[in-house]
Amino acid sequence: MAAHLKKRVYEEFTKVVQQQQEEIATKKLRLTKPSKSAALHIDLCKATSPADALQYLLQFARKPVEAESVEGVVRILLEHYYKENDPSVRLKIASLLGLLSKTAGFSPDCIMDDAINILQNEKSHQVLAQLLDTLLAIGTKLPDNQAIQMRLVDVACKHLTDTSHGVRNKCLQLLGNLGSLEKSVTKDAEGLAVRDVQKIIGDYFSDQDPRVRTAAIKAMLQLHERGLKLYQTIYTQACKLLSDDYEQVRSAAVQLIWVVSQLYPESIVPIPSSNEEIRLVDDAFGKICHMVSDSSWVVRVQASKLLGSMEQVSSHFLEQTLDKKLMSDLRRKRTAHERAKELYTSGEFSSGRKWGDDAPKEEVDTGAVNLIESGACGAFVHGLEDEMYEVRIAAVEALCMLAQSSPSFAEKCLDFLVDMFNDEIEEVRLQSIHTMRKISNNITLREDQLDTVLAVLEDSSRDIREALHELLCCTNVSTKEGIHLALVELLKNLTKYPTDRDSIWKCLKFLGSRHPTLVLPLVPELLSTHPFFDTAEPDMDDPAYIAVLVLIFNAAKTCPTMPALFSDHTFRHYAYLRDSLSHLVPALRLPGRKLVSSALSPNIMPHEDPSHQFLQQSLERVYSLQHLDPQGTQELLEFTIRDLQRLGELQSELAGVADFSATYLRCQLLLIKALQEKLWNVAAPLYLKQSDLASAAAKQIMEETYKMEFMYSGVENKQVVIIHHMRLQAKALQLIVTARTARGVDPLFGMCEKFLQEVDFFQRCFIADLPHLQDSFVDKLLDLMPRLMTSKPAEVVKILHTMLRQSTFLHLPLPEQIHKASATIIEPAGESDNPLRFTSGLVVALDVDATLEHVQDPQSTVKVQVSYPDGQAQMIHPKPADFRNPGPGRHRLITQVYLSHTAWTEPCQVEVRLLLAYNSSSRIPKSPWIEGGEMSSQVETSIEGTIPFSKSVKVYIMPKPARR
Amino acid sequence: MPEIRVTPLGAGQDVGRSCILVSIAGKNVMLDCGMHMGFSDDRRFPDFSYITRSGRLTDFLDCVIISHFHLDHCGALPYFSEMVGYDGPIYMTQPTQAICPILLEDYRKIAVDKKGEANFFTSQMIKDCMKKVVAVHLHQTVQVDDELEIKAYYAGHVLGAAMFQIKVGSESVVYTGDYNMTPDRHLGAAWIDKCRPNLLITESTYATTIRDSKRCRERDFLKKVHETVERGGKVLIPVFALGRAQELCILLETFWERMDLKAPIYFSTGLTEKANHYYKLFIPWTNQKIRKTFVQRNMFEFKHVKAFDRAFADSPGPMVVFATPGMLHAGQSLQIFRKWAGNEKNMVIMPGYCVQGTVGHKILSGQRKLEMEGRQVLEVKMQVEYMSFSAHADAKGIMQLVGQAEPENVLLVHGEAKKMEFLKQKIEQEFRVSCYMPANGETVTLPTSPSIPVGISLGLLKRELAQGLLPDSKKPRLLHGTLIMKDSNFRLVSSEQALKELGLAEHQLRFTCRVHLHDTRKEQETAVRVYSHLKSVLKDHCVQHLPDGSVTVESILIQAAAHSEDPGTKVLLVSWTYQDEELGSYLTSLLKKGLPQAS
Repeated sequence: MAAHLKKRVYEEFTKVVQQQQEEIATKKLRLTKPSKSAALHIDLCKATSPADALQYLLQFARKPVEAESVEGVVRILLEHYYKENDPSVRLKIASLLGLLSKTAGFSPDCIMDDAINILQNEKSHQVLAQLLDTLLAIGTKLPDNQAIQMRLVDVACKHLTDTSHGVRNKCLQLLGNLGSLEKSVTKDAEGLAVRDVQKIIGDYFSDQDPRVRTAAIKAMLQLHERGLKLYQTIYTQACKLLSDDYEQVRSAAVQLIWVVSQLYPESIVPIPSSNEEIRLVDDAFGKICHMVSDSSWVVRVQASKLLGSMEQVSSHFLEQTLDKKLMSDLRRKRTAHERAKELYTSGEFSSGRKWGDDAPKEEVDTGAVNLIESGACGAFVHGLEDEMYEVRIAAVEALCMLAQSSPSFAEKCLDFLVDMFNDEIEEVRLQSIHTMRKISNNITLREDQLDTVLAVLEDSSRDIREALHELLCCTNVSTKEGIHLALVELLKNLTKYPTDRDSIWKCLKFLGSRHPTLVLPLVPELLSTHPFFDTAEPDMDDPAYIAVLVLIFNAAKTCPTMPALFSDHTFRHYAYLRDSLSHLVPALRLPGRKLVSSALSPNIMPHEDPSHQFLQQSLERVYSLQHLDPQGTQELLEFTIRDLQRLGELQSELAGVADFSATYLRCQLLLIKALQEKLWNVAAPLYLKQSDLASAAAKQIMEETYKMEFMYSGVENKQVVIIHHMRLQAKALQLIVTARTARGVDPLFGMCEKFLQEVDFFQRCFIADLPHLQDSFVDKLLDLMPRLMTSKPAEVVKILHTMLRQSTFLHLPLPEQIHKASATIIEPAGESDNPLRFTSGLVVALDVDATLEHVQDPQSTVKVQVSYPDGQAQMIHPKPADFRNPGPGRHRLITQVYLSHTAWTEPCQVEVRLLLAYNSSSRIPKSPWIEGGEMSSQVETSIEGTIPFSKSVKVYIMPKPARR
Repeated sequence: MPEIRVTPLGAGQDVGRSCILVSIAGKNVMLDCGMHMGFSDDRRFPDFSYITRSGRLTDFLDCVIISHFHLDHCGALPYFSEMVGYDGPIYMTQPTQAICPILLEDYRKIAVDKKGEANFFTSQMIKDCMKKVVAVHLHQTVQVDDELEIKAYYAGHVLGAAMFQIKVGSESVVYTGDYNMTPDRHLGAAWIDKCRPNLLITESTYATTIRDSKRCRERDFLKKVHETVERGGKVLIPVFALGRAQELCILLETFWERMDLKAPIYFSTGLTEKANHYYKLFIPWTNQKIRKTFVQRNMFEFKHVKAFDRAFADSPGPMVVFATPGMLHAGQSLQIFRKWAGNEKNMVIMPGYCVQGTVGHKILSGQRKLEMEGRQVLEVKMQVEYMSFSAHADAKGIMQLVGQAEPENVLLVHGEAKKMEFLKQKIEQEFRVSCYMPANGETVTLPTSPSIPVGISLGLLKRELAQGLLPDSKKPRLLHGTLIMKDSNFRLVSSEQALKELGLAEHQLRFTCRVHLHDTRKEQETAVRVYSHLKSVLKDHCVQHLPDGSVTVESILIQAAAHSEDPGTKVLLVSWTYQDEELGSYLTSLLKKGLPQAS
């Protein structure tokens, strides 16, 4: 009876199913929407006044038009265009034509004739300009059609004589974008003579309107960008434009000169008013340098920026940029830099005590002094003391680039960079410190320079100090006094700003390992050892003492004589620090002690590396097993996972790969285990509790797949497919488990529907990768898709179950570079026993400082979670400005988190940790068709979630009740 | 011949009492009205009798322009306007207008109260004088009268310093005042557009100097102060009240902020406080950094710089004190110097030039034992430093400004003759413009060729444009039209329009010419021969054979007639209007050569 009833229920249900499916079918049929062109036509016919028509057009422009109806719409628009008298409406139509011809999947060559046609009859300059713009859109859409391009160029040339600057502008733009690249184009195109585009554009360099001149130069630059080789004759033309009255012309001209100088660096140009000749690149360099003192700051920025990329310039010219040729009362004077250097070399320590210390020396020959046309003279001196910080930053950047390519220049520009450390704008200071770090391989700091550099350590800005620490990590110091000075200043910094502790220790580590021989003579003084007396043992917890030890131990690594100078407690402290701060203290060969760990030789290439081989082999072993008995498979998987995890711990460079594969294997293992469950063998209604394991497995697999997808950087599409496939399997598992356990059929039905939609979605997203997934779960599933669509849920579940069991194990291809995102919270350290007290109801700001590794786009994904003891959890989204980017793949989060709570009786701990937010729709590749956009957003509700990716830190807080 | 005349009454080959008379297109302008610091007799003010010989000042001068508030540019103003007597407008920028009376009052006090001079201007005179002042904004074009207009450009140097462009019609003169081409901590760099004046009058204080980067100086200064303060020493910086003092204050203030230093900085009170107040108000006149950040914080609202009290000089611990006057010859700075000189931990920094005979000059030249009044001997143990912070453009800066403005002539003032000579030579050599450097009282006359604007009617212009290609600036173009001069304005219109406007009837002017041809045939045949000949020669022109037997080429008529006496000769009558003169004369010469023999 029960069975009979059940059947009845199902029967009734099937009807409903069919109805629903029909509904879906009708939905799909609805694709044939009423044609947009028809609607537009009706609208435009209804319009009584130009203003009305304009309104309709504006409304129309808000919605996208599908590719197949574009042509119809264009016809309607053109028809209306001919009838329209109002230029503003014609203008809008022209702009719409341009927009429409950009539609993907629409070939605009059919409307070109019409566009050119209406162009010929148009009187309004604005509409003409817009039509030319439309033609440009059409022309760029059809880059391969030579004939069309030639024709468009012809049209442009014809309108170049127009009186309106707007039209001439557009014509030049058109020429720049479409002008033929090779001179010998096929001449069959309607007998059109090939035009010399460069010559035509060049003629407009002397147009009366500055906007047209600018457009002409821009067009020329555009030609260059498209790969056309510009003639050298343009150089002289462009040089004339440098003295133009308008800044935009000068700015563009500077660019053009730069381009030509890069094209013909070695050709020779004459110097006007003399018989000499110089290389073109040098001449151009001189000219651009001259523009650094232009009256417009836009041009100054442009010129300073471009200077940086002129590396072929001869060193003679380059070094002039730093020399202003000082004089005073017609007598040659030395710069303060030269004086400082001299003082240093003569051995005197302090400076500037004497009046007239800077007294000028020898007389200058008045005839030889050249005040203006001295080419590159002092360009950077001017640039670096410009009023606008934009110019100063550009100049610093240019200095950096030039110094990187020329060591001798690097040496010379050092003084100027050091001076920039005192700039009034922090950004400029920071930039110059970074620049200095980049060129620090080429230079050795003199003591007086070091002195100035170190003075900045007292800066109250944390960014500046940390940048400076980074700089000190890679500078070369010449004397032991220098090292001592650096250490003293760093310790001063440490006492003034204790939060800089880690950064300073790291800095000293590098300082020590770079200069072992200079540290050696300082050791007794630093450790305050005495030849006869034992001195008091310093406090081990003193950060300053640790700083000194870090310096010494790192120096001792390459200096075997140093440990002889250590006293007993130093060795004890070494052992302690080696354990507690192993990243700062290296392993030393100490007499009478064993080496703590045998260092792995890091020089071996990762692919020859045995551990890498091991990884490969163990993975291959797993993938090779297909139809082993389940028991054996499980064991093998378990072992491999264990191996991989251990390998990841040992080999940091392989950690990403190992973890990634281990996670995948774990998913597989969970799936196998779930399918091994006994519950499948027993009749459905009997097993309720035992199914927990399977559903938990399904849930866990889902979680792991999200981790795989979003926590690793460097995951490619290949892997994403596999991950999604795994997730699909997990969903199938979930469905089966629910089918087994759930009472009633209603939820099951919905789930079934949803699952099928997801399969559909999977197929659409990864259609290109489907061939790689042969024999897999989804492959089989798609084969049976038509059947599944029509069958009852019970049947679907059954099919799914068998398929899951039969499906093979997919091989996960390993990506080239893969890194797991990780985060460490440096602060709060979680050590404090003193609770943070604040009045309840008010807020307390907690400083959070964390380093993030391999997080893509941390500004939008990283969040801070605070969980209170009562289970309340808060999610805080840090400001984008709180993230710094100290190096590739590394980020630093320095932010403040506001805590608040009602009063507590006892101090208690809150947990702070970092979360990685993800959004499943972000990773999915764009569906290839346009119409799909709406559909998919209905079906696939994007799943958002968070993955914790740092250890949580406990903070002791105590909200006190407010006193009345 | 129109001309521009320039006569410096002061600052010609000299520094101090800037005062320059300019006559441009019948307008007379006085630029600056300063006093000379080196003199205390009549020579301290410019010699206004040069003008008053020819009548009252107000009748002669159209306006007076003051470039900035330094006394050598505005010190004689109350004397000039109240005592000599001038009632016309005085133009200056707003900061100058605000700060100028403070300085004048201070100057008056020293002259009258301290030195006891009689016959000096009074406070009331200063007030009356300031009432005649009209304030101008940067880049604002002020119409002094119908023809004379002036415009101010930013000049750096001190707060409110400006360069002025004086323009009458198409003639113009630019006067720079004092300016600085390198920005400092509180002011930006001077800037002018490519205004191409007929004459640029520029200062040339540092005509023979190219200065080092200011960054070295700043760094040096900060380092010295910082070291002394860290040692626990006191730093004394003697300054003049306005200008450099503010720059140094900002420099120290930002440094203190950046380095988180705690030692106090004091500023001796007096007129400085008033002036600082104005510095706070005139933010648009400062540099980029101050302008951008003043919304968060006004840089002149110093956190670390506080007002000085006499008692502070004895308090222990490090401190920095700015005190007036700058040359350490009297007043507060000298008092403090006496107190601190004995300690070698302390330091005095002289930020500017010191006149011979002052204490400042003595200690800078290395003297360690100073005799003070009352036979006391003061031993100087403190460190003495010299730093030069100057806000004038150096030779390179001057050249840069000349390059920016592109003048036709340059005139140098406010500098020493010997140095000017060098700069003059350089300017002439590098810009190829003539350069002058008149002495005081010497007049420079520049002939100008003012351009006369002519309006052209749109119809005519369009017609011309339609005929030819785009206008080319290098080639002259011939254009037919009528020039109408009416009420001192000029218009170029087409002849038809001119006739219509003037209500005149058009007269036709025709040239006729007879050409004798030896031809025995009939007139008609001759005409046909002429027609075919011309048709073959003049391919570009429209040649027609009319039914009445005459031939036309464009509008030229040719008729053939038999010679009354000699039937073998035909007479060709050629007639053309004067507009077709060119073609007509060509045709006659062509016909005179005869027709080709018919084959």
